[in-house]
Amino acid sequence: MAKVKGAIVVDTETCKGCEVCIPVCQENVISMSTTVNRKGYHYAYMSNPDACTGCTNCAIVCPDRAITVYRAKV
Amino acid sequence: MEVIDIIKPENQVFNKTCLMTDTTLSYCPGCGHGVAHNLAMEVIDELGIVEDTIGVAPVGCSVLAYDFMNVDITQAAHGRAPALATAISRTWPDKYVFTYQGDGDLAAIGTAETIHACNRGENIVIIFVNNGIYGMTGGQMAPTTLPGMSTSTSPYGRDIETMGMPLKITELIANLPGTYYVTRQAVHTHKHVRKAKKAIKTAFENTRLKKGLSFIEIVSNCNSGWKMNPNDSNVWMEENMFPYFPLGDIKVKGKLKQ
Repeated sequence: MAKVKGAIVVDTETCKGCEVCIPVCQENVISMSTTVNRKGYHYAYMSNPDACTGCTNCAIVCPDRAITVYRAKV
Repeated sequence: MEVIDIIKPENQVFNKTCLMTDTTLSYCPGCGHGVAHNLAMEVIDELGIVEDTIGVAPVGCSVLAYDFMNVDITQAAHGRAPALATAISRTWPDKYVFTYQGDGDLAAIGTAETIHACNRGENIVIIFVNNGIYGMTGGQMAPTTLPGMSTSTSPYGRDIETMGMPLKITELIANLPGTYYVTRQAVHTHKHVRKAKKAIKTAFENTRLKKGLSFIEIVSNCNSGWKMNPNDSNVWMEENMFPYFPLGDIKVKGKLKQ
């Protein structure tokens, strides 16, 4: 069975740090940064990139559509 | 495979739809309005009907929807979006006309317009975002506020002796003969988002087939009004809103579901 690996890219200036993406991620890939963006929000980032499967769950619940998802077969 | 090898244009599986503008949404962090906006635009993009779609924005938090949605869109007086949508769809019967309204707009000041547009069975789509509170004006009590729920105008909780029970406008209009498809959805988890998108797609396809009015209620959170963080407000919504506003289809193909 082909293994699939994913990756997300967060638009850090669009992210408002609502953290809605964290509970929907089954693989616990996403964490909140300790630094803030220009508006003062802690933005999401991929803290555990090896576990990402590119399922798009985080991206479709993001109200600001700050997340772009990539997926490739390994 | 390294992350840098995966992030290539040919591997991209999800991106913001081109029908949303680059303007930053004016909503609070974690608000369901953002997802609802995006779902409507993604459906219009996927159906390829952007040239023939006309939207009507309401008054409320989503009053600036015309800044965010990259389709032809106008803005109605408070609560009058279904009346304006009626005029547009009768003038151009082949266009896809949708309104996007909140509970203060559709279920309070615009109750008459909503009920009459639904009763006439106009060929439009109504997207109704219900968060049980007046969000934009500072969290006052709305007709859909739950019993005992504290708001800025009901600080001791909604008293049903004087205020009555919350208005179930969706069940109300489902009983009118003009509506063809009535459903209630949510957008706080990935499963609900996928179901809600399917419902919006069904609604626009009904418009294409000139079946009549499609009504989609989206139960959403208002974390600023409810004074919670976004994830807590989603849990609160599941525990308190969903028992009173149960999710699912209420009327499909003109027939009430039991």
